[in-house]
Amino acid sequence: MNRNVIISFGFHTLLVIITAMSLPFLAKKPINLPPIISVELIQITDKTNIPFAPKAKKIIEKVKEKEKKLVSEQAPPKKIKKQKPDAVPLPDEKIEKIKKIKDEKQNPEKVESEIKQISEFEKKELFDTNSIAALIDKSKIESAKTNKKLDKVTQDQNKKMDSVGLTLSEEDALKAQIFGCWSIPLGLPFNEDLLVRIKLQLKPDGSIIKTEILDHARMNRPGQAFYKVLAESALRAIKLCQPLRVPSTGYERWKDMQLNFDAREMLEG
Amino acid sequence: MLFRYLFILLILLPIKVFALIEVDITRGNLNPLPVAVSPLAIDKNSKDNFKKILKKENLGSEISKIVENNLKQSGLFNPLDKDAFLQEPDIANLKPRFEDWNLIKAQALVTGKVTFVDEKLRVEFRLWDVLAGKEMMALAFTTVPSNWRRVGHIITDKVYERLTGEKGYFDTRIIYISEKGPKTNRIKRLAIMDQDGFNNKFLTLGNELVLTPRFSPTNQMVTYLSYFRNLPRVYLLDIETGMQEVVGDFPGMTFAPRFSPDGKKIIMSFAKDGNSDIYTMNLENRIVERISNHPSIDTSPSYSPDGKYITFNSDRSGYQQIYVMKNNGKNVKRISFGSGLYGTPVWSPRGDLIAFTKLHKGKFYIGVMRTDGTGERLLTENFYQEAPSWSPNGRVLIFYRETKTNAKGEGFSAKLWSIDLTGYNEKMVETETDASDPSWSSLLSN
Repeated sequence: MNRNVIISFGFHTLLVIITAMSLPFLAKKPINLPPIISVELIQITDKTNIPFAPKAKKIIEKVKEKEKKLVSEQAPPKKIKKQKPDAVPLPDEKIEKIKKIKDEKQNPEKVESEIKQISEFEKKELFDTNSIAALIDKSKIESAKTNKKLDKVTQDQNKKMDSVGLTLSEEDALKAQIFGCWSIPLGLPFNEDLLVRIKLQLKPDGSIIKTEILDHARMNRPGQAFYKVLAESALRAIKLCQPLRVPSTGYERWKDMQLNFDAREMLEG
Repeated sequence: MLFRYLFILLILLPIKVFALIEVDITRGNLNPLPVAVSPLAIDKNSKDNFKKILKKENLGSEISKIVENNLKQSGLFNPLDKDAFLQEPDIANLKPRFEDWNLIKAQALVTGKVTFVDEKLRVEFRLWDVLAGKEMMALAFTTVPSNWRRVGHIITDKVYERLTGEKGYFDTRIIYISEKGPKTNRIKRLAIMDQDGFNNKFLTLGNELVLTPRFSPTNQMVTYLSYFRNLPRVYLLDIETGMQEVVGDFPGMTFAPRFSPDGKKIIMSFAKDGNSDIYTMNLENRIVERISNHPSIDTSPSYSPDGKYITFNSDRSGYQQIYVMKNNGKNVKRISFGSGLYGTPVWSPRGDLIAFTKLHKGKFYIGVMRTDGTGERLLTENFYQEAPSWSPNGRVLIFYRETKTNAKGEGFSAKLWSIDLTGYNEKMVETETDASDPSWSSLLSN
């Protein structure tokens, strides 16, 4: 009897320990991720990706250029990505943004007009170093708070995007880019199956590592010469377009991508 | 028990699955593909020899110009300006620097060389995919030097086929009616030329009126209507020998002839006592067969590419419309139901469309419709135009267009025009004289 109680107690204790050890551990994992996620992600969904993508690309290129000078070319891309939030000169921008937000909230113009009209005595008080330090500290705390808030939002979004794929604006930006690069061969028979599926492997900057035509065997089938022509035109479009307009974050979710080139709509219409 | 707990825990573990992102690309641009046609390289000895024989300073450049012009005329390609080329033809032919061609935005590159070997012209050419940096095609052929223009056309056909997926139509000829003189007294002659207007030859002297010439599938024979001794009859002409003969011994007027796809029969209209029906004549045994039998005017017959069906126009419904029937004259079906009059139906070599001329509210249209009459599309509109003829790949139509005369009866002209199925690439075909009734040959080289 006692033996059974001890065994039961032992197992239950073990279960409690496993639960206590493992569940918080699992829960902690995503919490460690936030520093990797850039604040820029919010701007993508809020504003649309098309105007944003070139800006992000420029920033990434700048960072890369800096790192190229310091590190060898074979430096792993992940490191670049991890350093990005630190290396990108965002803090100043953030402070500026926060100041703007802060200013908007506090109606700064009115405050400034009041300051202009104050006496010399009061001005001296304003230049008190302690108060300036306090203000800076306060702004630091506030900026940290804001960052935390922003980070929290991006983490949630990132979680959603991991499961969803590209956002509509991200997809639109990519489509718009490839539309411009794809010269559809006009001689194709419009009553045939004109769908070419190409799997891509991408670098973080959107350039192509590898392309693979998924229905490759069809290219050499008799009577399918047009398919080869179509597939080649799609490959040309991808090469012409690269680097592709991909999101600046979430590389893991879009590093492998499939593009379905379908010419029927254009040729029938 | 422990294992059971552990198993449950394992099931509950969050497994992250990354689904492959798919993006559908359903649009692209329809701009002509930028192509660089490098002049064909030629060594000094060959250059001198060809200069003596053909009176051409640089045959390599001349051939590349033909290729360039053909590609441009097709409307599907944009040949780039040769002045922008960074690589010399002889080096480009061996190993193109793709970066250089990429720089001028070329997506495809044609290189090659011409040599004089055993009194013959030998041409090698390659087609390169500039963006992929790989060779798409490499061919070589030898011919007599006088065929140098055809060499350019054959290269174009091969390039066109490789880049569009369908056969080209450049190494072809056009037979047409050459016209000269005032409208009231036109001299009409049978003439033949390359599809780009070069190598024009007259096949008849112009003593009698000739109309509606049509090529045989082998391109050796031509059937046409001639008013010899003022009796309109269908004739057969062997282009190589110049021999002519009347087709059949009909006691009346025969017109609108056309070959069957196998070239063994001629299908035509025979008119007697105000009625016109469709007949065929077997060229091997001269047996004449009546295909249509209706008290209306049935004319302009044209076979489907498989020879199983015939399209023609008839006024049996009260107005001239297009019909389709079996090759034995059964199962006659009207396929045109739009407003206006429809005529000159021609079955596409692809078999999917029928081209026609339409007269509606005083204007003439060239259009296409599916073989069941659906999907009618009018490609071009004008004061007077008719007689469409398909290019061998079924992508382009050639027809003729007449201009209005002024009050004094002057200013009349008839010219050949071509238009592709998109309806955008409409171009005049250069001819030495005024021209009408064109008929496109099949590919001379296969």
